[in-house]
Amino acid sequence: MSGASDSNGQPWVGRRLRRKEDPPLITGRGRYTDDHSLPGMLFAAIVRSPEAHARVVSIDASAAKQRPGVHAVLTGEDLRLESPLPCAWVPPGVEMNVPDHWPLARGEVNHVGDPVAVVVGQDRYAVVDAAEDVFVEYDPLPVVVDPQEALRDGAPLVHEQFGTNRVHRWSLGADDVEQVLERSDVVIERRIVNHRTSGAPIEPRAVLADYRSGELTVTTSTQVPHFVRLFLALMLGMSEERIRVIAPDVGGGFGAKLQMYGEEALCAAVARHLNRPVKWVETRSEHMMVSHHGRDQVATVRMGATRDGRLTGVHIQLVADLGAYLMLLTPLIPTLGAFVMTGCYEWESARVDITGVFTNKVATDAIRGAGRPEATHMLEVTMDQLAAELGLDPLELRRRNFIPKERFPAETALGMVYDSGDYHGTLARLLEHIDPAEVRREAEGLRARGVYRGIGFSTYTEICGLAPSRIAGPAGVGVQAGLWESALVRVHVSGAVTVYSGTSPHGQGLDTSFAQIVADRLGISPQQVEVMHGDTATGPQGLGTYGSRSLSVGGEAIVKATERVIDKARRIVAHRLEAAPEDVELREGRFSIAGSPDRGMTLAEIAGEAYVVDNMPAGFEPGLEATAFYDPENFVFPFGAHAAVVDVDVETGKVDVVRYVAVDDCGPAINPMLIDGQVHGGIAHAIGQALYERIHYDDEGQLVTGTFVDYALPSAAELPSFETDRTETPSTTTSMGVKGVGEAGTIAASPAVVNAVVDALRPLGIEFLNMPLSPQRVWEAVQQAQEGVRA
Amino acid sequence: MSQRVSVRLRVNGVEHELDVEPRLLLVHALRDELGLTGTHVGCDTSNCGACTVHLDGRAVKSCTVLAVQADEAEVTTIEGLGSPEDLHPVQEAFWEHHGLQCGYCTPGMIMAGADLLARNPDPSEQEVRHALEGNLCRCTGYHNIVKAILSAAETGRRGAIHEPAPSAVGRESAEELAEQGLGA
Repeated sequence: MSGASDSNGQPWVGRRLRRKEDPPLITGRGRYTDDHSLPGMLFAAIVRSPEAHARVVSIDASAAKQRPGVHAVLTGEDLRLESPLPCAWVPPGVEMNVPDHWPLARGEVNHVGDPVAVVVGQDRYAVVDAAEDVFVEYDPLPVVVDPQEALRDGAPLVHEQFGTNRVHRWSLGADDVEQVLERSDVVIERRIVNHRTSGAPIEPRAVLADYRSGELTVTTSTQVPHFVRLFLALMLGMSEERIRVIAPDVGGGFGAKLQMYGEEALCAAVARHLNRPVKWVETRSEHMMVSHHGRDQVATVRMGATRDGRLTGVHIQLVADLGAYLMLLTPLIPTLGAFVMTGCYEWESARVDITGVFTNKVATDAIRGAGRPEATHMLEVTMDQLAAELGLDPLELRRRNFIPKERFPAETALGMVYDSGDYHGTLARLLEHIDPAEVRREAEGLRARGVYRGIGFSTYTEICGLAPSRIAGPAGVGVQAGLWESALVRVHVSGAVTVYSGTSPHGQGLDTSFAQIVADRLGISPQQVEVMHGDTATGPQGLGTYGSRSLSVGGEAIVKATERVIDKARRIVAHRLEAAPEDVELREGRFSIAGSPDRGMTLAEIAGEAYVVDNMPAGFEPGLEATAFYDPENFVFPFGAHAAVVDVDVETGKVDVVRYVAVDDCGPAINPMLIDGQVHGGIAHAIGQALYERIHYDDEGQLVTGTFVDYALPSAAELPSFETDRTETPSTTTSMGVKGVGEAGTIAASPAVVNAVVDALRPLGIEFLNMPLSPQRVWEAVQQAQEGVRA
Repeated sequence: MSQRVSVRLRVNGVEHELDVEPRLLLVHALRDELGLTGTHVGCDTSNCGACTVHLDGRAVKSCTVLAVQADEAEVTTIEGLGSPEDLHPVQEAFWEHHGLQCGYCTPGMIMAGADLLARNPDPSEQEVRHALEGNLCRCTGYHNIVKAILSAAETGRRGAIHEPAPSAVGRESAEELAEQGLGA
């Protein structure tokens, strides 16, 4: 253990405690879904459409069925499902076209990879061979790939029955925004493209379903086991309590596993059909093709200001490419971003208009940040553009318009109430680490050698802690669920503690941070606190891990349950030591009587009384445990200031991030080491999008970037070490003051990198660029700029 | 694919004789036949490195080696590198420096890191970053992985990291895992 082996009066919270999770994971003893096997288990391989849009004319599985070891080949109608895959967002008062979406296509395929049949057999390799022997005849239909093309009259229709490719329209904000812009001294307009990306956790998805005697157990690589259980019940026509969903060790999610996937229902249905356990493991190629994508928004941003740099209005018109189907939260993602499209700034007026569009591509949905990276990117890039237009330093424009810290809780021009913030504070801290003037001096020197150095900033706030049910639920934003979290805290007779959380962490280190929180409150060591999650049979109700919610919602539920345990512990101590319960306080690991610290009991002694029930008053209820549900009153709004320094080689177009400095404020730190880790990963994810990663379909809807050969996840060699620091402004929403940090880096970083590249290239006359800033795109921009100079 | 061939492997110090399809990948032999599930699969194209093991003392991607190619070879997997009771310095450093989050790329990263230090006990940060080019991580941004390997190098310079002959404890746990027959 880092630090002391007991608390020595110093709290565990706030320490860089190394993780309880790690010993099995560093020694190969982790248990991911594909590491689980069952007697009699069969493997599934899925036959997928090579066409982006087609009618399925016929499926001939006879050759496949004759292969040795093949048990069955099933198609759409064979699965006997009660309902299609869910979309959980039904915004009140909004018309939305929702197509049926089945785990195996019924008559029509709408994107490359749409599944049409499943082959089940004894051997991992043999089922793949057999899948190639399933002959499907397709009658190709016209394809539409570009979302703006899809909105034109006469465009091919993804779903004929709607007569349009428009999914929905959704708006937020004031009607007067265009008048405000008209009255402004300066108005700029930029078209910001936020291209499609893949979540790409290193563990692909995997599902193992086992159906016996009317009970279904599904082990699946998911962030949301309880949601999966609910939807399996609805789809299979089973009762929820007969279904157990287990998320074992999960090898990363990044939103790509916040989903109810067809393969989960498919394996369950096939296991029920054949009465045999069935395992399916996604290949990486399948992941790139059918695990939902993220981003893919094109925004027209109109932003106005006075000549002296006071922001007036911002009007964002957004076309969101939702792909072929609406999956769990597909149409909600741009809306989630809309809530923070006013950023850290004060505006007279703001408005967001969103149009969702069908295309013949896989659905988009939540990928790390889910709407907020897009919102922050369009806002922070346009802020730099406006600063250039005004001839102002980009940080000065930001400073003149930050919501001042005295104004919190602050209602924004879009009607959100930000809980707390100190935007000048994080920016000032950032500038203690990096001096823009010095970077610019270095840039002067480097330019002579053909290296163009630039610095870019991003000052962001985001919305997380999903979510207050009152605001986000059916009557509010329209998510068809409450979004609370729950916890069970159980003190064993020995005084050791098990915490069951309804969250479902998959790398965040919450076993450790939850243990730190509970240890402090009960006067024990985190080593004595076991944290359990990800199993619907053994834990409490819960809603999973996403939206940077696990600490600020799940952690608060644990605090609440722990307080209930403490209440009872106090009553036991008060009875045994003949004092008043309100006089019992935790001091140095003992619950003792105020004023006489020598009179006290340890948690183990209290637990002994609670379970042995010796000498307790009549009517005493044995045991020492409590369950609590926590539903937040508001979201939480972390914020920060990031800076990127890049070198651009104008001969090749290659961009290198040479320095990256991040100051984030997610409230008081439970474990600063874990916060740094979350920030590092988030930054890398966004640098990946800004420079390297792009999901690309050709005009026929064929996926061009279908493997890690073509989809360039950054490696260690492409990234620098990161410099991180924090300020701590407590949230007024949560009792611990904590916010969330899982997505902050991803939300902040892409505009900082893009602004830095544009800053580097301004001497060449390049004023604006859209991501991804691949060598090709940068080189072309440099060529065009130089031709412009020559002409 | 009914034709099968016999393969002799020495894995984490334990002899195994397997009867396999000629096309069986080493990673699946380790995972499905020997129950050594610490070696992971993350891609189809040998890009991610989650499957990295040591073959005759050198790091290889076990998804790119057929089991038959490893005939008569000595294989070390993450289970044999160190055990929870007796960690290899690179494992210890990953724990100490928060070099992992979800843990899925971790066995491959640790095997690649141990291989680097066996060849180059005093790497620079850039050398570590280049050595890890074939191992992808989505969680950590590599920052703490690089830090962990540099720190293990420093430990090694103070103590010496040797290409691990599997420790007794490591071998026992590997045997135990193999006996459990976790594979299909």
